[in-house]
Amino acid sequence: MTPFTNFESRLIKLPLNNVDTDQIIPARFLKTTSKQGLDKQLFNDWRYDAAGNPSPEFVLNQPESQGVQVLLAGDNFGCGSSREHAPWALTQWGFRAVISTSFADIFQQNSLKNSLLPIIVPPDVHAELFAAAPGVVVKIDLPNQTLTTPGGRVVEFPVDAFSKHCLVKGVDELGYILEQAPEIAAYEAANPASIDARA
Amino acid sequence: MPRTIIEKLWDSHIVHERPGAPTLLFIDLHLVHEVTSPQAFQGLRERGLKVRRPDLTIATADHSIPTSDRSLPIVDKIALKQLDQLETNCGEFGIRCLGVHSSQQGIVHVIGPELGLTQPGMTVVCGDSHTATHGAFGALAFGIGTSEVEQVLATQCLLQRKSKTFQVQVEGRLGAGVSAKDIILALIARIGIGGGTGSVFEYTGSTIRALGMDERMTVCNMSIEGGSRAGLVAPDDITFEYLAGRPHAPKGAAWDAAIARWKQLPTDEGAAYDRCLSIDADTLEPMITYGTNPGMGVSINAPLPEPSQVADPMARDSITKALAYMGLEGGKPLLGHPIDVVFIGSCTNSRISDLRTAAGLLKGRKVSDKVRVMVVPGSQEVKRQAIAEGLPEIFRAAGCEWREPGCSMCIAMNGDQLSPGQYSVSTSNRNFEGRQGKGGRTFLASPLTAAASAITGVVTDVRTLL
Repeated sequence: MTPFTNFESRLIKLPLNNVDTDQIIPARFLKTTSKQGLDKQLFNDWRYDAAGNPSPEFVLNQPESQGVQVLLAGDNFGCGSSREHAPWALTQWGFRAVISTSFADIFQQNSLKNSLLPIIVPPDVHAELFAAAPGVVVKIDLPNQTLTTPGGRVVEFPVDAFSKHCLVKGVDELGYILEQAPEIAAYEAANPASIDARA
Repeated sequence: MPRTIIEKLWDSHIVHERPGAPTLLFIDLHLVHEVTSPQAFQGLRERGLKVRRPDLTIATADHSIPTSDRSLPIVDKIALKQLDQLETNCGEFGIRCLGVHSSQQGIVHVIGPELGLTQPGMTVVCGDSHTATHGAFGALAFGIGTSEVEQVLATQCLLQRKSKTFQVQVEGRLGAGVSAKDIILALIARIGIGGGTGSVFEYTGSTIRALGMDERMTVCNMSIEGGSRAGLVAPDDITFEYLAGRPHAPKGAAWDAAIARWKQLPTDEGAAYDRCLSIDADTLEPMITYGTNPGMGVSINAPLPEPSQVADPMARDSITKALAYMGLEGGKPLLGHPIDVVFIGSCTNSRISDLRTAAGLLKGRKVSDKVRVMVVPGSQEVKRQAIAEGLPEIFRAAGCEWREPGCSMCIAMNGDQLSPGQYSVSTSNRNFEGRQGKGGRTFLASPLTAAASAITGVVTDVRTLL
């Protein structure tokens, strides 16, 4: 995994609560067997009209949204299904962080495994960011766990120590688990299985 | 120190704890399906890894599989490729696959329990958010993403952070026409779609104890719609009776030993939960959702909320946007609203008791000629049982379609879908925008409410037909 570095970016604002993974990427696009090419289907049903043309009023289609790396969204972002296609689509479009007051559990875990940083901020900071003028920039510093608002306020955000370590150092979680093979073998020896699904 | 069942399950699956890292937790059963696994198998291939425990892993085809005649070729080439890929991957990695033509194929959360693979005391995962279904057996069962699917395939373990414990106590007797689905819809309407985030629900109380296993699965299934990755019910005699004699359930002396072990699982007297909530079953009514998330639900006779009465601006906008998408007005009940499609199926409500309940109401009646009614059994086994009980004849005589098992119009990946603007009453679990087809509009409800609405062609209080 590529190490996650500090960056600054303008914001794309999506002022909706409970944005679910069926909106982030509709289920009919999950028939793919690849992780790639999902950026085109990000927010598909909000992004394109019935004829498949980009809807100019949707924020992702606006010229000033191009190149933006931070999505600002309402409460409980990423609720619904466990599809990792959601963070794949978001990162392939170019997002590196999503800011909200809360995230759904599975989406949050999936994001951290794909170098997409879910940043939880308190309601007043959330409101300040939504009220910020168009085109202004936020700074994200993961090692120090800070977000600097366009107004210059430095806000700490929570990230569990292990996820931060993995993101900053580019550590691969599966590699880390594989290192613990002796402990896994010891657990298996002490806890014989009650089923054999192959039979 | 007295412990909840949630803590007992956690403690008994700890493989290893390192400072500064999440707990390494052992997984007893990994369920695999065609949609969230191909990239995980590809990951194994790229690293040269094997599946560590094929004996604890089983696959089936459910999400993208057609529910039309299975003897015909699959016309959707992309779906076909995905279904073929599942068989190839399982063959290569030594996993048993109950694929398109298997006599045991079905929705992943229906087949695990019916094969007796899901057992009390287990940890169960699947790349699907409705994995909490298996919690009905007193298992810690939760949905995972594809990276985690790959991790479990390779190591049979996951790095996990402990969740908070959340007791949902349901007491009293359900009235006529009120069912398990109404309990869970009422809970989600009360706490909201994010209300259980970071928690595991334990459903307790006399009402839950009185439910059969199919009904308990319905309740646990939708835990994620309340934000909780897992929800469970402590095992009891109803659980053991369901499991006895199932193909993978323990036999003989192993059965007796298992029962003794399973009886240790329920929450200890005096154990504390992080959060508790009570639901009075006596006052519950049939529930229905009106909006674009499962938390937007009301009693079937109640008026819909008026956005102007909601103080928080973003919450108000969400309701306004939901009502606009649904083509509904606040302040009025949904009763009598015309519908186009009824869907009876999904991992929430496609088991034999769901089909029996719906058939009981439809027997000797006709569905409205304005409504397409799809009945989709959860598995080949459910289908066989339904045939043995004569249910398909009842459905067909009433004017319903009797289809092949799969997720079908719950997720609308397989061609079973609403057209833009159509309304459905659906026994599935999600009413998100476009969930059942782009532009489609979903009212979530119980099999009884769905069957009643199918008969009248409008949203109906089933109690008027009992």
